Amino acid sequence: MGIEGYLIVSALLFGIGAFGFMARRNAILMLISIELMLNAVNLSLVAFNAFLPPDSNTGAVFALMIMAVAAAEATVGLGLVIAIIRTRQTALVDQYSDLKE
Amino acid sequence: MGAGAAVVTLRNIIHSAVAMMVCFGSLAGMYALLGAPIVAAAQVLIYLGAISVLILFAIMLTQAGDANLPAPFHRQVPVALVISVVIMGLVGWAAIQTDWGMATQAAEAAVDAIATAVFTTYALPFEIISLLLLVAIIGAIFLARRPEDDERAN
Repeated sequence: MGIEGYLIVSALLFGIGAFGFMARRNAILMLISIELMLNAVNLSLVAFNAFLPPDSNTGAVFALMIMAVAAAEATVGLGLVIAIIRTRQTALVDQYSDLKE
Repeated sequence: MGAGAAVVTLRNIIHSAVAMMVCFGSLAGMYALLGAPIVAAAQVLIYLGAISVLILFAIMLTQAGDANLPAPFHRQVPVALVISVVIMGLVGWAAIQTDWGMATQAAEAAVDAIATAVFTTYALPFEIISLLLLVAIIGAIFLARRPEDDERAN
């Protein structure tokens, strides 16, 4: 499988993640979709690193950094979501309408 | 791929989380195929190990019961579908149309070379990421603290 295959899988995964982020009602599912999008970007970075420059590790290092940032983001995001759910008693984002005029 | 599609379409949130774990595992396999074993190992450790457990715990803490599952999607589904299909189409078309030159065989990324790069060329981002993780831990503890603890402290 050439680089095109990996890039197409990455594009499809990113699209699935974007769809899930925009269409799901559950806040935790939205966070999972963000993780899917970050993984898609990671996959394309590793694919570029493996195929394009013959001897360079920049892509793999960037992928590791993105994983660390994604872990931090998941921690803070889940903390926020749990705090909101504790006060609002629901996980559905379209019921968070307190700020609506 | 199929697991990724299942993540966003399944009605029960626990099933979606398990599909997400399957998706992350297959991604780790793809990293190994791409000749990046250290990234595959990190994927298994961080995503399959840490983030999946974190998300499963969050689901367990927040789902009261599975008696009446609410509708999984809200009204923006057509718009979201159009936007995501456009994203997939554009990026996939660009990936097919571009001439990638010599790209036929995946190159091996040596683990020691990656380690050297992390601790020499990218030492400053490495330290910044450690600081970011510390800030994230403190922020998560602050956010997840119960309000009654706060009152008891005062």
